[in-house]
Amino acid sequence: MSKKTIVSFKLNGAAIDVMVEPRELLIHTLREKLSITGPHIGCETSHCGACTVDIDGASVKSCTVLTVQCEGAELLTIEGFAKGGVLHPLQEGFTQEHGLQCGFCTPGMITRAYRLLQENPNPTEEEIRFWMAGNLCRCTGYQNIVKAIQYAAAKMRGETVTTSHPLMAEISA
Amino acid sequence: MIPSPFEYHAPTALPDVIALLSQYGDEAKLLAGGHSLLPMMKLRFAAPGHLIDLRKVAELKGISVVGSQLHIGAMTTENELIFSKLVAEHLPLLAEVARQIADPQVRYKGTIGGDISHGDPGNDHPAVMMAMDATFVLTGANGERLVKATEFFHGMYDTALTPGEVMTQIRIPIPAAGTGSSYAKLKRKTGDYATAAAAVVIRLQAGLCTQARIALTNVGPTALFAGDAAASLIGKPIDDVTITQAANLAMAICEPAPDLRGDEAYKTAMAGQMVERALRLAVAHVK
Repeated sequence: MSKKTIVSFKLNGAAIDVMVEPRELLIHTLREKLSITGPHIGCETSHCGACTVDIDGASVKSCTVLTVQCEGAELLTIEGFAKGGVLHPLQEGFTQEHGLQCGFCTPGMITRAYRLLQENPNPTEEEIRFWMAGNLCRCTGYQNIVKAIQYAAAKMRGETVTTSHPLMAEISA
Repeated sequence: MIPSPFEYHAPTALPDVIALLSQYGDEAKLLAGGHSLLPMMKLRFAAPGHLIDLRKVAELKGISVVGSQLHIGAMTTENELIFSKLVAEHLPLLAEVARQIADPQVRYKGTIGGDISHGDPGNDHPAVMMAMDATFVLTGANGERLVKATEFFHGMYDTALTPGEVMTQIRIPIPAAGTGSSYAKLKRKTGDYATAAAAVVIRLQAGLCTQARIALTNVGPTALFAGDAAASLIGKPIDDVTITQAANLAMAICEPAPDLRGDEAYKTAMAGQMVERALRLAVAHVK
């Protein structure tokens, strides 16, 4: 058997120490030890991206990284997006543009889209589809996810956002 | 999903990596980006007793121009290749290829050295390295040795790397003026391994082909260097006739494994098509 080690990292701004076996996958540490159950598990072959988290400025599938590799890292998960109860523009965009149905891929989608918009604040539709290719969705057909990311990108650039969704007035009030 | 237990090591310097490799021998595996090794461990196809993580070894990172070559640290990630100004300026083919590998998340972790060292015929870098005439720096207890890409791949998951060695750097000649290159990859969807793919680097002078290198992905137990196909172009214009002839010579060396991507005949035919497409694109890219 292998020895357990203590791993220290920052998770959504908070310092965390957690004791793990080397073989423990980050997604399991997050979900089972740290109650971060937003990131999900949709496969065992590193395709679906439901487990995507942001580690040191990179979108990473947390099913394919060991927790011991996160020593000293800064992690962001879906739980870290809203500030003081106010939704992040991406969360708002996915709501307004109907970018989710079952919600299982959504935490990974939003976390990936966050890094995409950091690198490219004004992506074309083609660029959004290309740079979101690591995240699968069973429900939406992707169309509204593209619109949700465009909505968030516009809002993050400080532009006026519009949608036909009836809740829009309530959210912007 | 659950790997077997192992001991984890995170050395910070190359000599420590070499020492750990000699200490643990066959029990040890090097952990680079982890996006081939960890998936195999999660399915228990591999169960190493010791993982030696290369993440903290600074000597294995970085891209630089040295003389007429681009030197790329083995731990350089695919996204670093895509975003690199030096790669865009000197070896645009490498960024074009990296964009066709896996998906964004995998490219943040997966490394060029890991893609090559894995020795999977489905990986894209091996054929591209052959077409670009790359040289690999392999470092072990007795120092460094250089191995040409065309000499490196011995079989499925079998390479020139010996126990105790680590690939530290990839050296690629910067193409001379008049060179065009391309990588044509047929795949079922984004993020899939190629059904067939072809890497081409050609040089044209006064309308005639003076240099040509062609290599094929996933149509044999290793990436395949199509030497005869390339040689058939030398001294000739690259037109419909010579392109068809080169594609036929490339198809003649294919020995693909039948699987869900198709049977031997289909994959071989697609290898020919990819050679044709890559040659036409390479001609269009000549500058």
